[in-house]
Amino acid sequence: MHWLKDTYNWLERRIQLEGPVKDAILHPVPKNTASWWYVFGSAAFTLLLLQVVTGILLAIVYVPSGAEAWSSLQILNHQLPLGWFLRAMHGWGSNFMVAVVLIHMAQVFFFGAYKFPRELTWILGVFMLLMTLGMAFTGQVLRFDQDSYWGLGIGASIASRVPLIGAPLVHIMLGGPIIAGATLTRFFALHVFVIPGMLLAFTGLHVWMVLKLGVNEWPMPGRPVNRKTYIKEYHDLAHNDGIPFVPGAFWKDLVFSGAILAAVAVCAAVFGPYGPTGQPDPTIIQTVPKPDFFFLWLYSVLSYLPANLETPFLLIAPVLGIAVLLALPFYAGEGEKSWHRRPVAVMVLALVAVSWGTLTHLATFTPWSPVMNAWSGATVPAKFVHNLSPTERQGAVVFQSKQCRNCHALGGEGGQRGPALDTVATRLTEDQLIRQVVQGGGNMPAYGTSLSPPEVTALVRFLTTLHPVGQPGATDASRADAETNSPPVKAQAH
Amino acid sequence: MTDPHNTPEPNTPDLVQEDQKITKDDPRVVSRRWMLMGFGALLNGVVGLAVAVPVVRYLLGPVKRKGAYNSWISLGSLEQFPAGETRLATYENPFNRPWDGETAKTACWVRHTGANKFQVFAINCAHLGCPVRWFPQSSLFMCPCHGGAYYADGSRASGPPERGLFEYAYKVVNSELHIDAGQMPTLSNPASPGQQAGNNNLPVINNSPKGCGSCTG
Repeated sequence: MHWLKDTYNWLERRIQLEGPVKDAILHPVPKNTASWWYVFGSAAFTLLLLQVVTGILLAIVYVPSGAEAWSSLQILNHQLPLGWFLRAMHGWGSNFMVAVVLIHMAQVFFFGAYKFPRELTWILGVFMLLMTLGMAFTGQVLRFDQDSYWGLGIGASIASRVPLIGAPLVHIMLGGPIIAGATLTRFFALHVFVIPGMLLAFTGLHVWMVLKLGVNEWPMPGRPVNRKTYIKEYHDLAHNDGIPFVPGAFWKDLVFSGAILAAVAVCAAVFGPYGPTGQPDPTIIQTVPKPDFFFLWLYSVLSYLPANLETPFLLIAPVLGIAVLLALPFYAGEGEKSWHRRPVAVMVLALVAVSWGTLTHLATFTPWSPVMNAWSGATVPAKFVHNLSPTERQGAVVFQSKQCRNCHALGGEGGQRGPALDTVATRLTEDQLIRQVVQGGGNMPAYGTSLSPPEVTALVRFLTTLHPVGQPGATDASRADAETNSPPVKAQAH
Repeated sequence: MTDPHNTPEPNTPDLVQEDQKITKDDPRVVSRRWMLMGFGALLNGVVGLAVAVPVVRYLLGPVKRKGAYNSWISLGSLEQFPAGETRLATYENPFNRPWDGETAKTACWVRHTGANKFQVFAINCAHLGCPVRWFPQSSLFMCPCHGGAYYADGSRASGPPERGLFEYAYKVVNSELHIDAGQMPTLSNPASPGQQAGNNNLPVINNSPKGCGSCTG
């Protein structure tokens, strides 16, 4: 083994990295940072490396051409040995990376690690989060399938809402007047050169600062951060109750990173690659575009915003959100780190997590979207047409053929854009039903022009039968009153 | 670290550190060098700026004056669009690149209201650009993304869109339907920017290979 040592020495005499590397890995860190809670940053870094490697391997085959991108992915999926697996690794790697980066950020926030002197580390981290999301979006574009095509359409429509420069902004984003080859090449450049380059540079600086400033100590209630004393306190903690970073804390990072990589590989092998879905032909309109997992929450938000709030929200909320994140270490740079003494921070984190989860969950079944084929695909359950008069049954036919079902469920099947109509007769009287069908309102289109009067009559007769057995339909109390108490003259008029 | 028995060659000097030890120069020489360095930085700044200006112009390449992307395009014979019906038509976008493939194609909805009167709607929802579908039975356009719905005349019926469908300007030339199109319509980029007469002298481009997309089905 002499030659090995000789070679090492020969190299080291020229590279001279041994000293700095030893300094970096053997620097003392507080003992309590050797925790499983501190493994997410290194895992995100590992995933970044995975994305770089799998990305390069995909770039060997992928063709960033509007006409050929989609078919090159088909060839990767179906013809090249294990091409599908590399696509799956890259796709699942991106999902894991977004998830791990978000968990890392939540943990840093929860542990108060953004406070003095690590403000800039946090700020870099905020930009790295944005770049990670940028990678996720541009990566979805490179898949260049229907979801990607219409996702770009959504991006362009959002850009067009910017005041004054909206119109040129759309053309810069698309590289021309429409979503086409020029759009793909610029997103390719962003995804492969621009954002990864910046992300790697920021990551280097981020890790450098973690090494220089030390790993955040485990937060203890009653030990607030004070700018004047913190550096000395941390130094004492690291040196008096510390362990060398390697291997003391690092072994957990290593184990977790390995586990994450294994998890990505298992997901890739079991669930396979993402798409591509249908080819990016804008004349194929039988499509239900949906963003990838990490943007589903935004998809929900865009569905629920009132029209007049949409543009202000789309343009102001992101700026405000990023500004708050960037400003966080400056208005909360000192004080308690422990979650036991930061109730507001804990509640904010919980609120964000619950909102994100709820919005993402909603986007998995899109209750705001009409179910385009419900009118022809979902039948009216037999119990709803049992014992009905011919007119009422005709109403059920109108109900289906006029696509009411696309927005209104019956027997649990159909769209959820409007209310389910299983018991609508208990809520609306016949007159109210007629008014609602003819004039619409409350987010329902008016059907007065597309239904003939007999169709309206039949439909409303059918709807008035939709009430549970033993529970009468809604009636207008004044009508009953009018019939029993009406003066004789009026009664004769009937 | 280095074991004398295993080191056949002498230690490599740390040249950077050596350098720092010997830079004990006359302060006037130093200040002259700093001045020269400042000159170098200035030169790089000026050259950098000169190089950056063309780059900005290059990046702004896709920005053209309003309507520059538009031209009159034939959607094919009027016979494809029966009176009283709304049909899907497709055309090749007049501004395209050889490598655009199928993305150069565009679809639109043509509503023939009768007596050679038409309405030509963009396929893109006015909310966020998803492709709207026409349901003749209920006379509604429905969007699959966020639930926007429009009436037969393109006006907003319900959902998040803040306006009706985008409409192309059209004209009938030799029993063919022509529309003024060329860019993806969004809230700030109208489907046909110049519906006024001034645009009628645009060249007529006939590149509608398939014509009416819904006629086959």
